[in-house]
Amino acid sequence: MATVAERPERAITDERLVRLWETRPGLLGKLGTVDHKEIGIRYIITAFAFFLLAGIEALLMRVQLAVPENTFLSPDAYNAFFTMHGTTMVFLFATPIQSGIANYVVPLLTGSRDMAFPRLNQFSYWVFVLAGLFMYASFPLGQVPAGGWFNYVPLTSATYSPGPGIDFWGLGLIFLTISTTAGAINFIVSIFKLRAPGMTINRMPLFLWNMVVTSFMVIFALPALTAANVLLELDRKFGMHFYDPTGGGSPLLWQHLFWIFGHPDVYIIFLPAIGMVSTVVPVFARRPIIGYTAIALATVATGVIGFGVWVHHMFATGLAPLSLAFFGVASFMITIPTAVQIFAWLATILHGRPVWRTPFLYVLAFFFDFIIGGISGVMFGVVPFDWQVTDTYFVVAHFHYVLIGGAVFPIFAGLHYWLPKMTGRMIDERLGWLAFGLIFGGFNLTFFPMHITGLLGMPRRYYTYPPNMGWDGLNLLETIGAFILALGVLVFMWSVLHSLLHGEPAGDNPWHASTLEWQTTSPPPPYNFRSIPTVHSRDPGWELQYSDETAQYGDETLSRARETLGTTLHDARPEELWAMPEDSGWPLVLALALAVTFVGLLGGFLWLAALGLAAVLVATVGWLWPTQMKVVPL
Amino acid sequence: MLDPHGAQASHIADVWWGMLLVGGIIWAGVMGLLGLALVRGRWRGDGWQLADDYRHLPRAGLALIVAGGVALPIIVLLTLSFVGSRVLAAQVAPGEAPATTIEVTGHQFWWEVQYPAQGILTANEVHVPVGQAVRVTLRSVDVIHSFWVPQLAGKTDLIPGKTNQMWLRADAPGVYRGQCAEYCGLQHAHMAFLVIADPPDQFAAWVAAQQRPATQPTDPALQQGAQVFARQGCITCHAIRYGAGDTGGKVGPDLTHLASRGTIAAGTLDNNRGSLGGWIMNSQAIKPGNHMPPMPMDGESLQALLTYLESLQ
Repeated sequence: MATVAERPERAITDERLVRLWETRPGLLGKLGTVDHKEIGIRYIITAFAFFLLAGIEALLMRVQLAVPENTFLSPDAYNAFFTMHGTTMVFLFATPIQSGIANYVVPLLTGSRDMAFPRLNQFSYWVFVLAGLFMYASFPLGQVPAGGWFNYVPLTSATYSPGPGIDFWGLGLIFLTISTTAGAINFIVSIFKLRAPGMTINRMPLFLWNMVVTSFMVIFALPALTAANVLLELDRKFGMHFYDPTGGGSPLLWQHLFWIFGHPDVYIIFLPAIGMVSTVVPVFARRPIIGYTAIALATVATGVIGFGVWVHHMFATGLAPLSLAFFGVASFMITIPTAVQIFAWLATILHGRPVWRTPFLYVLAFFFDFIIGGISGVMFGVVPFDWQVTDTYFVVAHFHYVLIGGAVFPIFAGLHYWLPKMTGRMIDERLGWLAFGLIFGGFNLTFFPMHITGLLGMPRRYYTYPPNMGWDGLNLLETIGAFILALGVLVFMWSVLHSLLHGEPAGDNPWHASTLEWQTTSPPPPYNFRSIPTVHSRDPGWELQYSDETAQYGDETLSRARETLGTTLHDARPEELWAMPEDSGWPLVLALALAVTFVGLLGGFLWLAALGLAAVLVATVGWLWPTQMKVVPL
Repeated sequence: MLDPHGAQASHIADVWWGMLLVGGIIWAGVMGLLGLALVRGRWRGDGWQLADDYRHLPRAGLALIVAGGVALPIIVLLTLSFVGSRVLAAQVAPGEAPATTIEVTGHQFWWEVQYPAQGILTANEVHVPVGQAVRVTLRSVDVIHSFWVPQLAGKTDLIPGKTNQMWLRADAPGVYRGQCAEYCGLQHAHMAFLVIADPPDQFAAWVAAQQRPATQPTDPALQQGAQVFARQGCITCHAIRYGAGDTGGKVGPDLTHLASRGTIAAGTLDNNRGSLGGWIMNSQAIKPGNHMPPMPMDGESLQALLTYLESLQ
């Protein structure tokens, strides 16, 4: 890339772009920014904080279960912790941290200046934070939900769970899904309409395929969860009987609605993560991915089939045998697209020359552990086997192998891979390997024995267990493993801090990767790219020596005002200039107004809820109020 | 589950070992391939330059995707579908007419057990004749529970408003521990029960004993205990049936044959004088959140009550 010193006119362009795109200094500037990079980093930090909270909850549970008949936690504390551990990990960590990473990298991967709807993006973040705080406000109030993360009725009805605990959960999730849904719409439009010219749909990085499919799944799956929770709150608050068999309702209705959301949600967590695997594998195998089309289509297939298997969470509820057999076999089918992807990555590594760096280690751990979780998952499709192991520690082992092996390891790979881009500094490899070793070893020590305790008949969600069942030694081992895993997470946090303070400068492209985000500085300027790049292949950084000389739609057009280039959906031909909104405080006001509404509903203060709704209207008007577009004269 | 003593559990355990074998081979195969890839990569050197053939799409790689990603899972999954359907069909209904029907009703946090044909009502203990299939009908009066005896069969949920059925057959005499497997509230962890598989003559004797009503106490010590039982309000929740038409509370377990049972508090404590006394005085210290309030009383009353309860064979 020609430097600014060689081309002095570029310094002028850069200065203009900075004036157009930078976040204003000060607290108000920070609160109102719509820069996807700032929002992405906030998402990552906030979600990581929830990860730590859920991790602490897990450690407390592991202490309780270290020995039989322990009294370290009371049953209500234990039940609250496993409820909030699952809820936090699924809703407040796994999805938001991937939204955060995607928020940061999607506009960079597509070569645009920001997400399609920057203010909506800011709004998604604030709603996520406020919904998380809403749910965690149950702790200081001593009303922590304890219905489990799948919150089965009638245990969670007003009769069997009086008090506001379950309402924190139900209303909190209704609130949170607003954030996730808005985020999904934003990703779909950003990826469909803001790709750099030439980035046809079959050239876009695989991670974008995963984000598109995930976002569509969010849009189709979350309404089932919202519906389930709305009916629950109507039951609880207004004495309706949707789930109450004594009033003509059905407890199974909840289970169907919840799992129609819940199973796709597994893929909503898993697909962005394996998009990171598809990103990291070719870079560290030093060759373009083999089977691009197969992986892209497998991702789409997973997204579709993922909606057709929910009943396998309900095999023990006494449904008709034919439906059990059908959903058992349907559940097998989803193995095929996953297997296609695994063998595509394997083929890529086989034909590459792997470079051993920390992101790649996490990918190897992904292979090692996710495949165990995948194989144990297939076994559940054999319905009678499911009858034996469902609701035991075998299931706990299985889904932690799938969710940690299949999603958290790829997320750590993605973090190690992209953090140098975000911070401009490398993470020390020795610290990276140390943290990896502890996390990988601790994880397997914690969760592998759970397969065995499950097979030995230990049900999940028991706050204590009797001695002499053959469970004691394995449980102690699991507790030790959990603390090793936690130590690994601490070392990881130290390695990031160390990198921020003393890390080697990353340079633009430390991994010699091919995608667009590495063709700008680390960290990127507020406007991402001086000129919108033009793409001629799947691996622009490798096919020809990348240079922004290749930019055809460049300097003059897009440094005059806050604009980015919209392109066509399939072929990414330039279509129109998108005027991008300025920073604004209204999304935060709108999110706060919604929070007030939900607090009103929670506390039964209908006047407060009405006030909140009025504020929602005002904030929406403020948000949409037309403003003069800022133009910096050439 | 790994130590099966029932028809279904044995069948499932066999399937498990088969799946473990095949799954283990597949996992090892993929790991071997990954290891090979890493070793081959080592030969090619460490460094950032791209693989020599990076511009070519190797056919061998595509073949691997088709073979490993499509052909292999289709073969394995078709086989497994076939096996799974066969096992399911065999498990849905027993190959023989059930010897008897047992109705189990879930409560927070104990099991009500009835034998309608024999007119038996008990709690937390299920006797079955060894070697014969029995039908189990499952209902719940409050929240969802799940009936699970790992050594005999898979679990089936008890769902309010719904009647589920399962069957089981114990192939060897013995005591098999069962437990609730669906999270049902504070004391989900203490909701166990025993399935006792008796040889036919013992089963018949047990049935005969359970069918007998309690006998009105004539011994003054027992009479005193019975008075305590009524005075303290135990009778509001628990029934002791002396004959037809007798009613007592049905909120807690029926106590007509309490002394014949091996455990109390749904498998939480052994049934002996000490644990029974502790349980009555303050069950909340033992099983916090269960629905029986503490019943403090003076020592004399307690001893009389215990003597009476221990007589309820």
